Amino acid sequence: MTHQDTTQQHQADWAEAAVAEHAEGNDAGHLAHAAVGAAPASREQLVLERIDRARRARPRVREKLITLAHGAGGKATQSLIEAIFLDAFRNPLLEPLEDAATVTAGDVQLAFTTDSYVVSPLFFPGGNIGDLAVNGTVNDLAVSGARPAHLSAGFILEEGFPVEDLRRIVASMAAAATAAGVSIVTGDTKVVQRGKGDGCYINTAGVGLITGGLNLGVATARPGDVVIVSGPVGDHGITIMLERGELDLEADLVSDTASVHDLVQGLLDAVGPDVRAMRDATRGGVATILNEVATAAGVAVVVEEEAVPVRPEVRGACELLGIDPLYVACEGRIVVIVDPAAADAAVAALQAHPLGAGATIVGRVAEDPPGLVLLKTGFGGTRIIDLLVGDPLPRIC
Amino acid sequence: MRFVDEYRDAEKARTLAAKIAALCEPGRHYKFMEVCGCHTHTIYKHGLEDYLPESISLVHGPGCPVCVLPMGRVDDAIALAEQPDVIMTSFGDMMRVPGGRGSFFDSSAAGTDIRMVYSPLDALKIARQNPNKHVIFMAIGMETTAPSTAMTVLRAAAEGIENFSIFCNHVMIVPAIKAILDSPDLRLDGFIGPGHVSTVIGCRPYEYIPAEYGKPIVTAGFEPLDILQSVYMLLQQLVDGRCEVENQYSRVVPWDGNTVALRAMGEVMELRPYFQWRGLGFISHSALQVREKYAAFDAERHFTLPGVRVADPKACQCGEVLKGVLKPWECKVFGTACTPEMPIGTCMVSSEGACAAYYNFGRFSRERIREVSIETSRA
Repeated sequence: MTHQDTTQQHQADWAEAAVAEHAEGNDAGHLAHAAVGAAPASREQLVLERIDRARRARPRVREKLITLAHGAGGKATQSLIEAIFLDAFRNPLLEPLEDAATVTAGDVQLAFTTDSYVVSPLFFPGGNIGDLAVNGTVNDLAVSGARPAHLSAGFILEEGFPVEDLRRIVASMAAAATAAGVSIVTGDTKVVQRGKGDGCYINTAGVGLITGGLNLGVATARPGDVVIVSGPVGDHGITIMLERGELDLEADLVSDTASVHDLVQGLLDAVGPDVRAMRDATRGGVATILNEVATAAGVAVVVEEEAVPVRPEVRGACELLGIDPLYVACEGRIVVIVDPAAADAAVAALQAHPLGAGATIVGRVAEDPPGLVLLKTGFGGTRIIDLLVGDPLPRIC
Repeated sequence: MRFVDEYRDAEKARTLAAKIAALCEPGRHYKFMEVCGCHTHTIYKHGLEDYLPESISLVHGPGCPVCVLPMGRVDDAIALAEQPDVIMTSFGDMMRVPGGRGSFFDSSAAGTDIRMVYSPLDALKIARQNPNKHVIFMAIGMETTAPSTAMTVLRAAAEGIENFSIFCNHVMIVPAIKAILDSPDLRLDGFIGPGHVSTVIGCRPYEYIPAEYGKPIVTAGFEPLDILQSVYMLLQQLVDGRCEVENQYSRVVPWDGNTVALRAMGEVMELRPYFQWRGLGFISHSALQVREKYAAFDAERHFTLPGVRVADPKACQCGEVLKGVLKPWECKVFGTACTPEMPIGTCMVSSEGACAAYYNFGRFSRERIREVSIETSRA
């Protein structure tokens, strides 16, 4: 049955190094293995605690080169931000790592944010990179409780990019800005050599005025709070995947790209002081936001799978590709954490707006186990929804 | 959604769970192995263990093709990708699998041209579009994916495409199950048989399992009710004193398999004398290679491979996990040195790997969760 192998054997140095690094301070692990006599449940508990400690350790970037996983919005992105950017720029305004920073100028409070757009393809059903660039930044301001006011726009264009395409993109930006009630007041243009860019990249930054005196932030979530999403999730991400044409799938889907400032205003007018936090579910989807809530507030978030609104087309594509719609990007959906007493009023306020017609309660904040997002599956079981590692990759069988 | 929701019905699951509990003999413990990684994935993704009595444990088997690929083969694949004018293509699962010197993702970041495809035919399309490059398809998978690789080679031959080859790493499930049955440190009461593999090979190849080893096996589908039902069928066999191959997945699996697929596989590929499985070691006649007749499409003949063996890291216990001897969390490096972000063992890479499934979906105490769910349903 076995074959005597005579080939030279090498060792994977990186793996041995990783093991050695974790060997220190791993007493609980040894304990767990030493305690063979103990009941399996308590041994498992020790291992879970050890893992929890490992997860709370300071994030590090071990890779020598940037990989696509660093841009996918999951754990690698988080490590990159915390270990490289936050480490170098550290200050109290940046530290909360919210969608927008709150800065004070005199007695005026401003929300300030920026975002870059590199979507491929540039044009897709329901919009183009220009809509995204305006709506995305407007939304980051809106969910921070600010009234979006002014935007900047920076363009990195590739030599050979059709001017007609640029006109279409810019016209969409102008229309989206008008719809959101913001003005684009400053900008920048660079052109790079052919092959050094993918047609057109856009960066936008925005400022908005904070007036409500609200204390919003994912860290303020507390047990008992209710989790609401404003409509079906995953439309944008699946639309883009289908439009890339790699899957040979077709569906009547359009991106949900929209500016949510009006929707948010309606919600805040109705139940403002009861709102703990809002986030727009972009890259990484609803799951990533809920993980941020669980980690920042030290609470558990429990989601009912059957309550999460997903269009049949999106669900079908996700089933085929083996990905979870909770991780798929949206561009016009918000997640709201709200006091339970105001939950029904919050849903009603969202539903009163066309963008929130599908708003619904999807889960609750609980005390235990802190830092985890749990899903009650439609089948009736329970599982974790963790941060994504890299891009949602299709499964092979 | 039709053809999905009816297999995830919580009401039916409760009924089936009650029947399962009723069949269990008091005081007896049952250990069933689900051979296929997709089953492991389903079990954790839907929280299926919540329905099983404590006397039944599901043991995760070796049926995850990514998990059993030894590090040396990954290094060989990266060496192929580093050849001048080569485009390497691969399924998404493969991208993060670590070799001795890193993964496809790392290699791609360092400048090689590695592309993710959804089908080997997509790789052939890339070859047609890039006549000045040589396109290699990293062929992995069990009997499930081998026919599509074989069909692609046949298509390439028919079209006379000269700039395409495959790096064949296809492995076979039956010798692996046999290796597990021969392993002395494992006591199993039965097998949940691999459904996808069986769509190709049918159920007949498993007949030696009850005949020679006295263990029942039920070929199962991939929805949670399929798995629950196959557990019920295994228990029923034990209660009846039967020991046979049964087919729970008859809506897809023909008893004799898919003869067209088997013929294509046989035309293009033949058994290797032996092949190294990660964690399980060398197993004779357990993998496929390209036949001499199709040598033109064999990357192993086109290029010289380093062929260096990389020892599994000493701390990694993937082998024990793959054989079902250890639960994922019982491995010494689980969740600390070895995580989905930085997998040391392959069981932590693929979503079908037992360690990744447990880490991503099941890393919590079920006792504490029961309290949480009562609390939230009251609130």
